[in-house]
Amino acid sequence: MSAPTRPRAGSSAIRRGEGLAGWIFTAPVIIILGVFLLIPVLMALWVSFSDWNGRGSPLSPRVGFVGLENYAAVTTGGGLTERNFGIALRNNAWYVFLVVPLQTILSLFLAVLVSRAILRGRGFFRTAFYFPSVTSSVAITVLWLFLFNKDGVVNEVLSWIGINGPNWFRDPRGIVHIALGNVGPLAGPDFLVQNGFLGISWWEWLAGPSVAMTAFILMAVFTTSGTFMLLFIAALVNVGVELGEAGMMDGANGWQRFWHITFPQLRPTLFTVLTLGLIGCWQVFDQIYTGTQGGPAKTTVTPAFLSYQSAFLNQDWGQGAAIAFILFLIIIVFALFQRWVLRDRPVSKRRARQYQVKSTSRVAAPVLVKGSKP
Amino acid sequence: MTRHTMRAVLGAGALLIAGALTLSGCGGSGFDEPAGTGDASDLTSSDDALTVLIGSSGEAETTAVEDAVAAWSEESGVEATVSVANDLPQQLSQGFAAGSPPDLFYLNPEAMTGYADNGSLKAYGDLLENKDDFYPSLVENFTLDGEFYCAPKDFSTLALIINNDLWTAAGLTEDDIPTTWDELTAVAETLTTEGRVGLAFGAEYERVGTFMAQASGGGLVVDGAAVANSPENVEALDYVKSQLEAGTFAYATTDLGLGWGGEAFGKQAAAMVIEGNWITGAMTNDYPDISYTVAELPAGPAGQGTLQFTNCWGMAADSPNQEAALKLAEYLTATDQQLAFSEAFGPMPSIQSAADAWSEANPDLTAFLTGADYAQFRPTQDGAIEVLADFNAQLEGLKAGDPQEILDSVQANLEAVVG
Repeated sequence: MSAPTRPRAGSSAIRRGEGLAGWIFTAPVIIILGVFLLIPVLMALWVSFSDWNGRGSPLSPRVGFVGLENYAAVTTGGGLTERNFGIALRNNAWYVFLVVPLQTILSLFLAVLVSRAILRGRGFFRTAFYFPSVTSSVAITVLWLFLFNKDGVVNEVLSWIGINGPNWFRDPRGIVHIALGNVGPLAGPDFLVQNGFLGISWWEWLAGPSVAMTAFILMAVFTTSGTFMLLFIAALVNVGVELGEAGMMDGANGWQRFWHITFPQLRPTLFTVLTLGLIGCWQVFDQIYTGTQGGPAKTTVTPAFLSYQSAFLNQDWGQGAAIAFILFLIIIVFALFQRWVLRDRPVSKRRARQYQVKSTSRVAAPVLVKGSKP
Repeated sequence: MTRHTMRAVLGAGALLIAGALTLSGCGGSGFDEPAGTGDASDLTSSDDALTVLIGSSGEAETTAVEDAVAAWSEESGVEATVSVANDLPQQLSQGFAAGSPPDLFYLNPEAMTGYADNGSLKAYGDLLENKDDFYPSLVENFTLDGEFYCAPKDFSTLALIINNDLWTAAGLTEDDIPTTWDELTAVAETLTTEGRVGLAFGAEYERVGTFMAQASGGGLVVDGAAVANSPENVEALDYVKSQLEAGTFAYATTDLGLGWGGEAFGKQAAAMVIEGNWITGAMTNDYPDISYTVAELPAGPAGQGTLQFTNCWGMAADSPNQEAALKLAEYLTATDQQLAFSEAFGPMPSIQSAADAWSEANPDLTAFLTGADYAQFRPTQDGAIEVLADFNAQLEGLKAGDPQEILDSVQANLEAVVG
């Protein structure tokens, strides 16, 4: 950082007074954020490195520093703790892997649908699609438990088309394993069964979300699509009609106009939706807490729920905090990765050639580089 | 770094430190150092009012406890308030962490270990005047490293609940009530019909474990050593597995798709269930038309066995008025009071002097009380909760699983816990 060339601050008493006023005005927010956000986070970070056992202050001299012990117990301990964490990560990874793309695609689809000027009753549909998002997650969970009951509505409807629905919230089998079981005997290949990560075998990692988790996945898609639809609608409004009309003049059909003209302009919104989706999905807690408490057979345990369980029920506060910070890292890594994937890139030469004016003259046509920054 | 940013950083740092100091000092006793603990002889004493935290099963229990505490308050002149927790473990943990826990609270044996280890609990059991009146297995349940921690509040055991109408319709009589596994197999088979199983229970150690207790005489831990994968326990699970496969037994949850054994019994999806005392309340409220018999669980190769479930009145090490709390605990576990609780919301008194009066009042339920003689309990070692949760997860897949393999994994996990 280089020093700015403006006059030294000390040379002006008036400037200093302004600085003080600035501090006074910002102080309430700094104090509130500090006391209620930053300090608790720092204390939790300290707890994750300490042997605090839940009694008295974590800052008292009796609490010792244990380094990475808590993190090690969770990730390399070899015991039940590691296995539990592995199972929780497995469950949540499938949840993220399915919910994020599904909710993004669905919300974009709905947004395009209700943005069409031709549609009658747009207001009604927008409200209808948005409605699940404003309902409390607890209420929706309860509703879901009813719907997906063994004799619930969903299985009733499935029975009309001859499908004998599973006992949704009691079936611990992974859906990939169920699908494989339908075509042949179910036994994993040795190299998948023998080897693994975080105490569970690759075969178990690949089992897919359990039937119960699948119900939660459907629920997440159902409840969040409305919110993200709203974001996409806002973005679609900002997309000018001129480019679309130009595309029409060039003879592009509806799909081409959407895919090559509208969609690229939605990239900032797409980034927002994916980031929010990723963060929300890795933090899934309320549904688990109110719905299944991790059952059946731990297939709906998520790291967030496991963190709560370790701290409040098992009194392993250090491990609970460690899980929370590992989750934090995972979210950061995923957000960065996603940012990297969606970054603006210079158009490749091959793509760029398509935009060049086909000309016999020797003068090279200017290359159009869409939306790229220098 | 410019001078300006430096100052900003320093300012922010100062604010943070100030904030941290404010936070750690907030609320007066907020983060004060906890007082010494573990020694049973020195109870704190003051004029402070008592707070009692309970995890209530409903209106009836809340009212009963409130009335009892109010009556004691009037008698002793010490103020006491009852609050009902909506999430007891969480609220307790918060209280202990902040150094302002309730003075007296419901505590289950599994949670006791964690709180005892971090010094949150006062081990006051030996100071109780009615100490010798408690059932020995309950005292053992709340004893840790030789210290009797807290007064058992009440308890329940598991028994065999039989649907009378289905029983007679199948041509069975009172003499057919099973006393051995073979007889149980036979009646379960007789009672199994299209759309109904003979015997149902939850897919968890807290029900299946009764068979292990009957097979080996000691469920999972005996004399501080893990015995989960003993041949006898494997035999017990083999037996349950074979019956599940035959369709005469079924899990109320995974197989029948119902919430718990009581629901399976009430909806007549099962002719018999293994459940505890709490089923009587559910039957009265939800299925009053079903007549049922409560029988002792049949004996296995090692004799009779069941599981007991209990809570105690935990006392906080940080409580400023432990002398009054002790008096209140004694009052709440006295014969009359426990009989009143039993009448109000159903549990069995934890003291032997109330047994006769209870049996007289509940002649149909004596099988539950008889179970106290041979009841075992879940392991209470630190970390055992996780092991049991994992065991339960595996038990759900017992029908397709291998009992030896399941119990081997439980054994390994348990050995890591009992040391």
